[in-house]
Amino acid sequence: MEALSDTTPQAGTALPLLRIDAVGKRFGGFTAVDGVSLDIRAGEFFALLGPSGCGKTTLLRMLAGFETPDSGKILLNGADVAQVPPHLRPVNMMFQNYALFPHLSVRDNIAFGLRRAGMRRADIAARVAELVALVRLEGLEKRRPEQLSGGQRQRVALARALARRPQLLLLDEPLAALDKKLRDSTQRELLALQRKLGLTFIVVTHDQDEAMTLADRIGVMNAGRLAQVATPRQLYEAPRSRWVAEFVGDINIIEGRITAREAGRLRVTTEGAGVLAAPVPRDLSDATEVCVAIRPEKIRLSSRPPVDDPAGGAINRLEGTIRDVGYLGSASVYTVALAGGATLRVSLANAARLHADAYGAGQRVTAWFSPDDCIVLDR
Amino acid sequence: MSGRNLFTRPARLAAIAPYGWMVLFFLVPFGFVLKLSLSQVANAQPPYLPVFDLGAGWQALVAAAGSLSFDNFRLLLSDDLYLLSGLRSLTVATTTTALLLLIGYPIAYAMSRLPRRWQPLAMMLVIVPFWTSFLIRVYAWINILQHDGLLNQVLLALRIVSAPVVWLSTDTAMYIGMVYSYLPFMILPLYATLSKLDPALCEAAADLGSSPLQSFWRVTLPLSLPGVGAGALLCFIPLVGEFVIPDLLAGSDSPMIGQTLWLEFFTNRDWPVAAATAVMLLVILLLPLVIYDRFQRRQMVRP
Repeated sequence: MEALSDTTPQAGTALPLLRIDAVGKRFGGFTAVDGVSLDIRAGEFFALLGPSGCGKTTLLRMLAGFETPDSGKILLNGADVAQVPPHLRPVNMMFQNYALFPHLSVRDNIAFGLRRAGMRRADIAARVAELVALVRLEGLEKRRPEQLSGGQRQRVALARALARRPQLLLLDEPLAALDKKLRDSTQRELLALQRKLGLTFIVVTHDQDEAMTLADRIGVMNAGRLAQVATPRQLYEAPRSRWVAEFVGDINIIEGRITAREAGRLRVTTEGAGVLAAPVPRDLSDATEVCVAIRPEKIRLSSRPPVDDPAGGAINRLEGTIRDVGYLGSASVYTVALAGGATLRVSLANAARLHADAYGAGQRVTAWFSPDDCIVLDR
Repeated sequence: MSGRNLFTRPARLAAIAPYGWMVLFFLVPFGFVLKLSLSQVANAQPPYLPVFDLGAGWQALVAAAGSLSFDNFRLLLSDDLYLLSGLRSLTVATTTTALLLLIGYPIAYAMSRLPRRWQPLAMMLVIVPFWTSFLIRVYAWINILQHDGLLNQVLLALRIVSAPVVWLSTDTAMYIGMVYSYLPFMILPLYATLSKLDPALCEAAADLGSSPLQSFWRVTLPLSLPGVGAGALLCFIPLVGEFVIPDLLAGSDSPMIGQTLWLEFFTNRDWPVAAATAVMLLVILLLPLVIYDRFQRRQMVRP
């Protein structure tokens, strides 16, 4: 199993493909990107995730050359490209709404970049045929963008961006315009394509499922800064801040204060949920005002209190009443009003067909979870 | 189902309305002009012979149809005054349209690139001349272009010329007046097309290795062709029939067809020949319309 500690880029090893070094960008009085530093390795599938307005698109546009950073460096293979205009960068971009040329056929759209590169006619034709086969658009070469479906347009945009064999492919919300079913299959195709070509992809998305599925590493951005850079698993299981914890996935946050510390465990006295046992975080600050975070699927429910603690240590038990049941198909989400006043969201897999909705509203239950599944974060 | 009918009936009426308008205010009057063009001039009030009388019954109508006279059209073809003025109209309109495109495109392009909040102001500045009467603006040009007018004063003061240049009653003066008067009609459709262009398309072109000039040539220009077509048509058609500007600013040696028409109607009082000239003008003007329509259709359905 993969370690949950962050992998820090190792100093001294060969330069990364892309090094973003303290890059900042302001628009008037608004700071869009605020001193972001990031290394991207060759062959990596990296996702920039964040709410709208967090600066992820501005950062991507600076990588493509459509915006010039006010400060910092963008090193591509060691050379600073921050001031290089877009048409001279060995980087290509797949645009959010594809930005296909409406007056050109599929073939001419794909060949556009090759023509500008001054490639010979025969070579262009061969390369276009290769790309058309790669993204499975055979037979549609003469169509115009408006005669294509959304999924086909997405593939034309991808082929066009890949045509010049970029060292780095930037994808701006590549799947946002597709419907749910198509998005899932396209995600798999995109991932397979990236592995097959061994290219470096940076994708910007506001959709965390998409980032989780696609990326080797995710950079979560908030208000122009990188809040955390980690693998999807680290991000979900070991968020470094309350903001990241709440932004990625669903989580229960219970505020409290540290009242005791014993044998690698913290005792956190909360207002709404009594005293909780939690692990000592790696980088515990001096603050005693903290919050305990627990993912809904890490909590168990039972109609009578669990007799024993399977882990041997103290487990957290909370008495409460089911207030609300949300049936989602594969799982149900129970809202439990605790005796102490707090509410917990608990997600249970509907593993058996006939036992679905095992708990009903109004039923008294015990919610319990292992201290190891809690995360202690600064408020 | 009845609900649906209630909805579609007014909608259909709305679709028919423009056609009704065209029939009532274009086709019917044109019918009068056509009828008039087949008549003969006469010393009467109105100054022409009736071709046929709709009140005279069907028999009389058929008889009249058999004895229709195309003499007026024969005259148009035999006297080269009409052909020459038609040809001059086409030349002048084509040249002016080309000049308008050369001047109007950069202006419209620059407007579309302004920050969004400045664009309405730029648009206002283009439209503002319309607040003054067209005729007054042409007279103002006479003032500027005359012997001791503003233009000559400036040129003399800057020592670009040593003696006043004759501007008035030349083709140059006419072209200045025409370009000035029609420029908004060229800029507005061009601006409408250019401002709707997705800026991401130019970014995509740049991303794929196009220099700014190549981006313009390969993406912006082809995609603005509908605006070029609309602007050119909007200017070309009234320019062909233009009367006031050549009459006031150009010399009198080679009239445009609008001037010839005016001459026939007011000076010669030959309404039938004037009407025939008007019909000829319309036929000439149908040609660019048909070409534009073809072009638009091809744009829409090209595989």
